[in-house]
Amino acid sequence: MNDQLTLMTIVLGIIHSGIRLATPYLYAAIGETFSQRSGVLNLGVEGVMLMGSFFGFYAVYQTGNPWLGLLAALVVGLLMGLIMGVVSITLKAEQGISGIGMYMFGLGLSSLLFKTMVGSVEGVEGFSELRFCVTDTLCLADVPILGDIFFNHSIVTYGAFALVPLAWWILNKTTWGLKVRAAGQNPEAVDSLGVNVDAVRYVSVMVGSALAGVAGASLSISLLGIFQENMTNGMGFTAVALVYFGSWRPYGVLVGALLFSGVNALQLWVQVLKLNIPSDVAVMLPYLLTIVALALPFRRSMQPAALTKPFERGEN
Amino acid sequence: MGKTRLNRQHLERLFDTLLPLLAVLGAFAIGAVILALQGVNPLEAYKAMVVGAFGSKNGLADTLVKSIPLLLVGLGIAIAFRGGVINIGAEGQLIVGALFSTYIGLQLGESMSPALVILLGLAAGALMGGLWGTIPGYLKAQLGVNEILSTIMMNQIAIQIGFFLLRGVMIDPAEIAAGTNIPHSARLTKAIDIPRFTDIAKSLGFTESAKDLGLEGWSKEIYGLLAEPTRLHAGLIFAIIIAILVYIFLWRTTIGYRIRAVGLNPHASRYAGIDVKKNMVLSMTLSGAFAGLAGAVEIFGLHHRMFEPLAVSAGYGFSGIVAALFGKLHPLGMIPSSILFGGLLVGGDKMQRAMQVPQVLIQVILGLVVLFVVSTDYFVRRRQNRRVSVTSRADDLILAAKTIEEVTNE
Repeated sequence: MNDQLTLMTIVLGIIHSGIRLATPYLYAAIGETFSQRSGVLNLGVEGVMLMGSFFGFYAVYQTGNPWLGLLAALVVGLLMGLIMGVVSITLKAEQGISGIGMYMFGLGLSSLLFKTMVGSVEGVEGFSELRFCVTDTLCLADVPILGDIFFNHSIVTYGAFALVPLAWWILNKTTWGLKVRAAGQNPEAVDSLGVNVDAVRYVSVMVGSALAGVAGASLSISLLGIFQENMTNGMGFTAVALVYFGSWRPYGVLVGALLFSGVNALQLWVQVLKLNIPSDVAVMLPYLLTIVALALPFRRSMQPAALTKPFERGEN
Repeated sequence: MGKTRLNRQHLERLFDTLLPLLAVLGAFAIGAVILALQGVNPLEAYKAMVVGAFGSKNGLADTLVKSIPLLLVGLGIAIAFRGGVINIGAEGQLIVGALFSTYIGLQLGESMSPALVILLGLAAGALMGGLWGTIPGYLKAQLGVNEILSTIMMNQIAIQIGFFLLRGVMIDPAEIAAGTNIPHSARLTKAIDIPRFTDIAKSLGFTESAKDLGLEGWSKEIYGLLAEPTRLHAGLIFAIIIAILVYIFLWRTTIGYRIRAVGLNPHASRYAGIDVKKNMVLSMTLSGAFAGLAGAVEIFGLHHRMFEPLAVSAGYGFSGIVAALFGKLHPLGMIPSSILFGGLLVGGDKMQRAMQVPQVLIQVILGLVVLFVVSTDYFVRRRQNRRVSVTSRADDLILAAKTIEEVTNE
């Protein structure tokens, strides 16, 4: 009986942290979905996340208002997206390497600013769990099992999950979404209809990047309440891989994000429980899984045809 | 008319050559703004950097020591780029190379001639790095897996394997005995250290110090660099020889020619009868092998033991990309380029100590250099497109001919 209870707690714990950890993956990967559907592979997500994470943290550190932190991360993300747009859309630079440049820039600058403006690891009071209290003592979060899974998260986490149907609706049911998809599939056709391909791509990359900034902030001001150098540790790259895994569709990305955060949560619990698996091997799991996910054969036909190809009018 | 055209072409060529330099200047200009915003005088900070990196024998020695892995990693990255694949996995390839070469060094020890052990150790590093590069290369060629993402994941896996081994089978027995359990290997026997410049100078009979000889100024520093005890080791000469060999390989052999052809135009290469997939994998394998070799040279020449994976790879997988891009992906151009960026890394450290500017500023500048270099590339490409006006993508046969022409003319 007692054993069953602990097992239950562990499984619940894994599900709970799995849902929490999906937050940054969702923001970053849904954002990247817009970027890639418009034809731009933004590999700088990791760098943008770090910048968003720092500025989000810093705004809360200074003002104590988590909403300002979210706003700061959003604005920084937009600006980083603008830089990526200039480099990869206007100057038509090789998108893979420019993304790596963005990553190095974001990693360096967020660390530099952290060292000079904050100095040591400090905690901030960010977004707390909503708990959905009906009265002072009666909270939906305290409902057994369901409470932990559904009613014990911060608004940032709910926002991440709400983003999925929203992104699906924008991409598939609005004119703007049609333009984004067409810019990534057949830019020549879009251009011939008098729509500015580069403008569509700029907006998509900047929206995607702004979401990456929020993804970073979700770590620093919602999930953890601290900033550390290189705190994303590859999450941004995984988010890009999730877009491939999810076949460039928001719901596919959702499945991928849950799978990954689930494995991550499992991996954390393996370390906590001191199971007979070396922690180094456990830490390796999500990365191995990313490679396997990228190698799955079913997704390739769904790749936007013009992904990574800068648009040049009259090329053909 | 013909004369103006010639002049214009010359100017364009000059401009193209100077573009990377402009890119670096641009990066430093933005770096200066960041410094100024932090309340630091940029000129003083940059001066501390240059003097720290190039102003004394110790600074120069450290700069050259760092240029060794930069050059070797950069050569690998250049081969991949030339072959049309992007290798961001040099960090991981360097780590597995360093791990395996340490293992070989520990196993062989003094059982055979030191030169042979060093050679086997280096070969082991290259082999393991090559294997680590082959995996993403194969996944790219066969399954279309984005090699940038897979190599980044391979980096993380290599780091964890490193920790796993260094906490387990490869741990220094002395650490277990002392109970400290710091994850590093035992020191390799001194007999198999790659000789340092000072050792070579001594064996050649230069035993006096610069002071004894009464040298002053620059001659004192240069003599000191070559003959007095510094960390500078013969790996530098080795790396330069390798760079020349890579140049010969890429421009004077059929295999090198094929790799470049695939990189320039895979469609055309296919029409020309080149196995595109095979060459893609090959360029990733070679790319990884050079990064692995860099890891082995770091172990035998500098660290003499394996420790924390990320401290051994030290970001060379990324700074090597910058050195390669700045050297215009040309093996010989990358020799001065690696020294420059080696200097930047050392100078950043010195600047941190002198001006209290965090060394991560260098990371910012490196990122900016990449962004500037790939952005300015546009102007070069646009002109080249005008020269070789490509009318239809379907016309692969014409392209094949043009690619072959371009490869031969380069």
